[in-house]
Amino acid sequence: MGPRAGRDQAPAGSPHLTADGPLDLDEDPPRLVAGRCGGCGALTFPLRAQCPACGGAVERTLLPARGTLWTWTTQGFEPKPPYVPDDGEFEPYSVGYVEFEGYLRVEGRLTEADPERVRIGMPMEVVPLQRGDRVTYAFAPVGDE
Amino acid sequence: MSDIAIVGAGIHAFGRHDGVSGLAMGVHAVRAALADAGVEWRDIQVAYGGSEDAGNADTMVGDLGPTGLPFVNVKNGCATGGSSLVSAVTAIRSGAYDVALVVGFDKHPRGAFQNDPADWSLPAWYGEDGLMVTTQFFGAKLQRYMHDHGIPEVTLAQVAEKNFANGAITPHAWRRTPLSVDEILGARMLAHPLTQYMLCSPGEGAVALVVCRREYLDRLPDARPVWLRSVAFRTRRAGSFEVFSPSLALDIAPSPTVDAAREAFEAAGIAPEDVDVAQVQDTESGAELIHLAECGLCKHGEQVELYATGATRIDGRLPVNTDGGCLANGEPVGASGLRQVYEIVMQLRGEAGERQVPGTPRTGFTHVYGAPGVSACTVLSR
Repeated sequence: MGPRAGRDQAPAGSPHLTADGPLDLDEDPPRLVAGRCGGCGALTFPLRAQCPACGGAVERTLLPARGTLWTWTTQGFEPKPPYVPDDGEFEPYSVGYVEFEGYLRVEGRLTEADPERVRIGMPMEVVPLQRGDRVTYAFAPVGDE
Repeated sequence: MSDIAIVGAGIHAFGRHDGVSGLAMGVHAVRAALADAGVEWRDIQVAYGGSEDAGNADTMVGDLGPTGLPFVNVKNGCATGGSSLVSAVTAIRSGAYDVALVVGFDKHPRGAFQNDPADWSLPAWYGEDGLMVTTQFFGAKLQRYMHDHGIPEVTLAQVAEKNFANGAITPHAWRRTPLSVDEILGARMLAHPLTQYMLCSPGEGAVALVVCRREYLDRLPDARPVWLRSVAFRTRRAGSFEVFSPSLALDIAPSPTVDAAREAFEAAGIAPEDVDVAQVQDTESGAELIHLAECGLCKHGEQVELYATGATRIDGRLPVNTDGGCLANGEPVGASGLRQVYEIVMQLRGEAGERQVPGTPRTGFTHVYGAPGVSACTVLSR
């Protein structure tokens, strides 16, 4: 048992985070799972059981499938744990914040790793990203099949 | 005029010092500050200090002498030094004490700054998917800032070139080799648009200050006091863009830097335009640019011209990070904020040697910023 043993249980057991994953794969196209406070209306991502702004109860809400890239950067070196590496040699990747109009800006990995092909303002869509035996989310340039 | 004076300043060289503990560096800095002030350890009435990774400051009494003084350990991340200084000033102003010691030191293991999502109330996937990396925050905030204010990548390299040039003439700096703009731009890209030489590293070092009330100077006929006109310490407000944010509100609130700088200038009764020499947090090149504007020392976008024309160099009209900043000194978290104050004290006394700002600077400013949204600023004058 390492020092981080049990950390997977800790967030779900806290009053602030729910056990919900970030992506609802039952939707087509898949959608990000956020929360809206029934009291003050504040939005949260990831979904939390309690509103960080006012402490009110939060209702599950889905973000739009598409947004625009608000900012981005690259990950040029392999992160330390708790990062779970992909199989094989480390490949640099990009991350960014996608703005969902009227909602929030959400941080996530981008499917496009080449800085020359990423620009602020480009339309992005939510896509599933397989990492080992887990599925997480990423943002892909729209029309980038 | 101010009621609080800094009368002693001591430093242990920054860098990496194998075989020397963080506490030993702290003791070295304390002894240097005491000697600089012309006071004895037994004269110190209260002490505040701390480190992030190198132990409890109060155990230094084993080396300095267990005089029985109240010694408060401070552990407040990047604001450890600023918090210690605020505490010392508040204690003196309360009337309880006349003279205080402040010390910050650190020694981070290689590969420091590893974070567990659970400690930040974040889900496990945030770390596992590779989103919990501080350099991503620097790159992402900067990318948007450059887009909004028309700042080219060469300006980032000019920041680093200037700071390494300043480090080269600073005896206690870690990185003392100048680098050209081309070398900096051509280095490995770590977090676009930031290359390897635009980011500072965790390091080691220590700084101590002796602080007293005005009346105490009667006992120190040889003192060269620098007046602490104000010190302000703030944490973030809802909606500010901070590290490890899985989401951001559409309306971004101002950084705690804006609040701390404004409060510091207002309390001092001094305008940003009056600053002759400044130290601002340069965790990476872009941070120096952004913080200059957030502190009110320039307008957003004006940095392009300031750096192209050399205005922020030691002989420029607004010298910034004259000791090379975090880029040349590294970032021992507990010591870093006090290093900035140390540098301004040396500059205002005219004792900064080869890196001395010409023309007898009268007013200085320091700014520290860190996770998860804390900032401390000081205004100092001769």
